[in-house]
Amino acid sequence: MKNRWAGRHVAETIFKGLMLFSFGLVAGSLALILWTVISKGLPSLSWSMLTQAPQGGYYLGKAGGVLNATLGSLYMAGGGTLLALFLGLPIALYLETYLGRSVWSRYVRLALDVLWGIPSIVYGAIGFIIMLAIGMRASMLGGIIALTLLELPILTRAIDEVIRMMPRDLEQAALALGATPLEVATRVITRQMLPGIITGVLLAFGRGIGDAASVLFTAGYTDRMPSSLLRPVASLPLAVYFQLSMPYPEVQNRAYAAALILTFIVLVVSLSSRWLGGKLGKFIIK
Amino acid sequence: MQPHIQIRNLNVFYNRDQQALKNVNLEIPHNQITVIMGPSGCGKTTLLKSMNRFLELTDGSQISGQVLIDGEDIYATGMDVTEIRKKAGLLAQHPYPLPMSIFDNVAFGLRIHQMKKGRHLEYAVQHYLEAAGLWTEVKDRLHQPATRLSIGQQQRLCLARGLAVEPEILLADEATSALDPISAQHIEERLVDLKKEYTVVLVTHILRQAKRLADYVIFMYLGEVVECGPAIQVFDHPQQERTRAYLEGRF
Amino acid sequence: MKLPGFENSREGWKQRSSLEFRHRIDKFAGRLFFVFSIIPVFLAIAILVMMIYKSWPIMKTHPLWQMLTGQVWKPDDGLFGFLPFIAGTAWVTLVALFLAVPPCLLTSIFLSEYASHSLRAFMKPLLDILAAIPSVVYGVWGTIAIVPFIQNKLQPFIHQHLGTLPFINSNNPTGFGILSGAIVLAIMVAPFIIAVLYEILSNIPEGLKEASLAMGTTRLQTVRWVVIPQALPGIIAGIVLGASRALGETMAVLMVVGNVAQMPHSIFDAAYPLPALIANNYGEMMSIPLYDSALMTAALILLVIILIFNITSTLALQHVLERNI
Repeated sequence: MKNRWAGRHVAETIFKGLMLFSFGLVAGSLALILWTVISKGLPSLSWSMLTQAPQGGYYLGKAGGVLNATLGSLYMAGGGTLLALFLGLPIALYLETYLGRSVWSRYVRLALDVLWGIPSIVYGAIGFIIMLAIGMRASMLGGIIALTLLELPILTRAIDEVIRMMPRDLEQAALALGATPLEVATRVITRQMLPGIITGVLLAFGRGIGDAASVLFTAGYTDRMPSSLLRPVASLPLAVYFQLSMPYPEVQNRAYAAALILTFIVLVVSLSSRWLGGKLGKFIIK
Repeated sequence: MQPHIQIRNLNVFYNRDQQALKNVNLEIPHNQITVIMGPSGCGKTTLLKSMNRFLELTDGSQISGQVLIDGEDIYATGMDVTEIRKKAGLLAQHPYPLPMSIFDNVAFGLRIHQMKKGRHLEYAVQHYLEAAGLWTEVKDRLHQPATRLSIGQQQRLCLARGLAVEPEILLADEATSALDPISAQHIEERLVDLKKEYTVVLVTHILRQAKRLADYVIFMYLGEVVECGPAIQVFDHPQQERTRAYLEGRF
Repeated sequence: MKLPGFENSREGWKQRSSLEFRHRIDKFAGRLFFVFSIIPVFLAIAILVMMIYKSWPIMKTHPLWQMLTGQVWKPDDGLFGFLPFIAGTAWVTLVALFLAVPPCLLTSIFLSEYASHSLRAFMKPLLDILAAIPSVVYGVWGTIAIVPFIQNKLQPFIHQHLGTLPFINSNNPTGFGILSGAIVLAIMVAPFIIAVLYEILSNIPEGLKEASLAMGTTRLQTVRWVVIPQALPGIIAGIVLGASRALGETMAVLMVVGNVAQMPHSIFDAAYPLPALIANNYGEMMSIPLYDSALMTAALILLVIILIFNITSTLALQHVLERNI
């Protein structure tokens, strides 16, 4: 009897050890990645790196910085997120307030799942086909469209998810006062869901700004500063990808700096979505 | 004088096979507290929710029969749902303040029904908070989130919010069951006060509460109305064996 | 208790016939929203149709089955064999899952059954951050940390001791290969898989666990005999969903996997997954006949595999989560 008990507890201890090890593995790899990016990127991060475009020769210039890619990424991810929000928020509100559990809402959600599953490289290829068809060249606008396609399902599903978690009674409380579905959507749900909506927006922005495959063909790459919607534009992920494979250390340093800036932006976005979520949550009914 | 609410041959099904109400016929008089009582699961809440067309918010519900308010069938085609819900206010079991300030909670109904902002709106908000017996407790913090109120205060806020759309009927669904005894007493006092102006329909499973408040009683069991009539008659001389059993606590 | 002093007067109220107006606005918004809701459905269908249309030219001349099983990729000679790429995708994804699933499962069990509240609260943002790190950053990390490690340490060591085993023996000395891609990919999908598994595990009714614990079982036995069997369909669906993410991942893998169009035989061999093929060649292949159509076919194959994985697992997860509630 006693032995069996001891055996159970040994197994329990071993299992616990394994779990702690796995947990440490996950947490440790995050630390390792951050450490690598920071230790490589920080030495190359100078004032000119932040405030200049690449200088000193076509693609392989050894001076200057990555401001063109930083701005290009912010513009494209910002534009893509705004467009995706403009399309996605009405869809998410419509699904919940007007449709409930009708057949059409199931189709719309299925379509969103399908879009969500499409890999970004396919969005890039699709964007490229559309641009060829209408005679457009690689440009910021192309990149924005590709990112909108990529971000729309992420954003809409995130918002839909928070709206579905909302207590039904809250919606009913407003309906009981004689509010129409639109009034419920615009005055109650958006208010209650504001932190969730902001989290969804920032999540989509983070995914958009970090995605290289979808802007690879659609936005192109250039050493110049972004100037027009119809011109090619650089982006941080592609600045990392292209410059890392160059044989010159000066160019590689720009890749490391770009990786650090990109990581920094994504971390700020991720952390501020948490902070904003708490800050704006004071009216929320739990 | 015709009854305020008449229900004729009302049948309600959930998911086709589950019958929640069986051929309900009854009349609810003006300006009285009508109590719907019965053991849990007997269809009290379903009956209440048939009166502001809330049943259709439940997936898979099917309704047949008539519910007439002031002689008009609210399930007739062309009836406006929002207008019906304005006429029949609901006080739910749990208070659900809207995600906004105390003031905005009461003003919400007024605003969606197109009251202008300004002096008149402020006056109206004060008036309905007074009617719900909450004004003195919140008058200095009208613009704080409603969630900071205690649960009893929240329920009175929901009452004020419901009164502000000027209903004629107040539907209260176990409105005191989530509250502490003192808050519950507050709500009960309000309801007695309000019956001068409104027709109150209260669902409860607490027999003593029913006896305290009821002018008119509907006793339900397993989706059927077993007995209904003036409170004195039902409580003192129940006609049905099942009512007598329930009143004596034999369920 | 109507407002005293204002009885029967419209004072303080807006003039227009409000009800009709509100309903017109509501109806109009409903129609507008409906138009918006067509967009995702339209997009999903349009993308599929467009890809089939674009890959049609090559399907007419080259039977699909021949392309799927063809081992030679020489677009100049009109040879479009997709098998090396499909095999590369399969190798990288399977090895990544093999590496990722055990620690992910253990971590999620730890989080849902053992961890304290504060540890959970700490883990959630950590997972969010890991999931938010862009794939090129993982690629950078793979290039400067994983690849040299495999090239200089792991591969020589394993070669020396286990060199003759199948799946190990390789003559690719660069470090860029399947294992590098799989390690990077495993770490990329780990936060995603952990999040899904954690949701499934914490969705199991507390009463069920308590019923088991009340009989005097240890936590581990409860996990083994109650939690895991109950959660198994969800766990499998979660892993398949993770696989669908891994299959489509492009940049991070592309940067470390070597990109050689061959049939891989070892975890140290270089491979060339489908997304990398598309990323490296699309947009620059207009002169070779049927090349763009072939790449679109590659994208279509990838998409179909991913959608099958993705949709079945999503539907299964919805079913599992709704059943438990």
